Amino acid sequence: MRASPLALVGVAAFLALIFVAVPVAIEATGRHDFYYTLTSVALYSIASAGVWLTFYIGRINIGQGAYALAGGYVSAILVVRAGVSFWLTLPIAGLFCAAMSVLIGLPILRLRGVYFAMVSLVLTEVARLSALALPITNGAKGMVSIPLPGPIGLFGLTLVPDFATVANPRVPFYFLSITLMALCFAAMYRLVHSRIGRLCQSLQQNEELASSIGVNIALLRVIAYAISSFLGGLSGAIFASISQSLYPSSFTVADSVNFMLYCFLGGLGYVFGPIVGAFVLYFGWDLLFRIGDYQLLVFSTALIILMLVLPNGLLSLNPFVRKPA
Amino acid sequence: MIQVVVNGLYLGAQYALIALGLTLIFALMNVLNFAHGQMYVLGGFIAYVVYGQLGLPFIVAVAASGVTLAVIGALIELLLFRTVVKRSLREESTMLLAAGVAFFFDAVILLLFGEKQRGVPKIINGVFVSDVLIVPYDRILVAGLALVAIAAFMALMQYTKPGRAMRALAQDRVAAQLMGVNVDRYSMIGFAFGAMLAGVVGGLLVAITGVNSGIGGPISIKAFMMVMIGGAGVVGGAIAGGFILGMLESVGLSVLHAYGDITYLVIFAALMVFLAIRPNGLMGKPWG
Repeated sequence: MRASPLALVGVAAFLALIFVAVPVAIEATGRHDFYYTLTSVALYSIASAGVWLTFYIGRINIGQGAYALAGGYVSAILVVRAGVSFWLTLPIAGLFCAAMSVLIGLPILRLRGVYFAMVSLVLTEVARLSALALPITNGAKGMVSIPLPGPIGLFGLTLVPDFATVANPRVPFYFLSITLMALCFAAMYRLVHSRIGRLCQSLQQNEELASSIGVNIALLRVIAYAISSFLGGLSGAIFASISQSLYPSSFTVADSVNFMLYCFLGGLGYVFGPIVGAFVLYFGWDLLFRIGDYQLLVFSTALIILMLVLPNGLLSLNPFVRKPA
Repeated sequence: MIQVVVNGLYLGAQYALIALGLTLIFALMNVLNFAHGQMYVLGGFIAYVVYGQLGLPFIVAVAASGVTLAVIGALIELLLFRTVVKRSLREESTMLLAAGVAFFFDAVILLLFGEKQRGVPKIINGVFVSDVLIVPYDRILVAGLALVAIAAFMALMQYTKPGRAMRALAQDRVAAQLMGVNVDRYSMIGFAFGAMLAGVVGGLLVAITGVNSGIGGPISIKAFMMVMIGGAGVVGGAIAGGFILGMLESVGLSVLHAYGDITYLVIFAALMVFLAIRPNGLMGKPWG
């Protein structure tokens, strides 16, 4: 499938917005706290992209918090206890989560519908309780004072500066997160429009039928779930590094549910749904902070109304987006 | 040991009642009611106001929470779920709605009742003591009332016209409709019933454990687990799941406490292994 010129212009505009316009606007207005908010949005949307992919194969995943927590711990433990560079722990954390998800996914991906949803929900609790019980994670006291990422050099040329020497470490984290987000969603788009993506869609519609025409559904499910968990671990690792601390309660059931909500809100039929959903929900939540006690009330009412008016997600409004098959 | 078993039965009676409401809603509407724990908390607070603050009899308080929740449940089904089910392309959308409703209840409960732990005066004083067993009388009473409620629910589902209609709906929605069952009406009644059961348990338990605004989520998770153990959408499964979880918790707390707070970790792990072997729970129908 060829990308239309309109879509290319859209992507270029979006990249210009996040890489240039947003930092300029933040510097101009002096709202430096938005760096952190937008970094969180980017990282949440990466994790939600994973959840979205499991939706794409017809599984309701409320277990992304487990992998985010695991990824965070892998990175934090390697950095703090073994002194490994943060940049190296990032892929390790992702791969660890992917490997873990293959082991867990092989049996539980046989479940469907609410069964899978509930098991994945329980998985989040298992991760939290394991983090409390295992000796290496330092229990409820958590991992604290995790060092900031160091520099990356290539042939003596410093590509990425030491985050600790930057005046505001939030800025490089912002660029790191949006870069990863852009890469992640480019990869997702490619994946969904590839052969594997088509096969995944056949899984979503009817697994038995797909299996009967020779699709290896067990393998495909595990691959999709592993990619999903990889993304979860990645975002968890960066989160741990930004806050320089990690506790068993850093990612809980509420986070897993939120990841799922971002996907729903953006629209399950659209690859870029998680970005939109994460932005609207997280940013909206942040803005509602001003009204204090009524924050949750307004937020939940808005959520219910959105669901009544647009049950197929925010992106179903956009006339340019092709209707999902 | 007998003490542990009795504690398990007592927990199980309450859990079974919570799971029944959840599984009923699931069977009829195919909706995973995320707000179930919040409905339970709301029922608890209503009983707290009626019994603890207005001083009316306990039974009235429990009835009041049941009726209020039934009305709320009916309204939620009528105004929210029905619309979304009709308009949405994918049935999972109802989960977002249910989560929204859960957040909404959380907010309302927090605004109306605050975040303090609330308790009420004991309904009966005294403790039953024998050689091997110590049980406070109020626990016996609450467990008894829970069992009565379960029996009443089962009788209703088995022998009355609405009960038969709801069972038909749960078996096959389209076939039930073709046989002249008013699908919309009985969906609403079923949702109201499920919410009512949550309210009744909340009302009953306020006499023992009290209630606070933060326990809705954990209660929902426990209810999900019971439903998974028994099999989603099956009445007998929900009851079995409730008693099994109650027993596991009771035994686990007494056996594993030497190793620290790992009872739930063990239960969760066991559950995942169990579901890997038997994906539909004890009595659930095969998916499809």
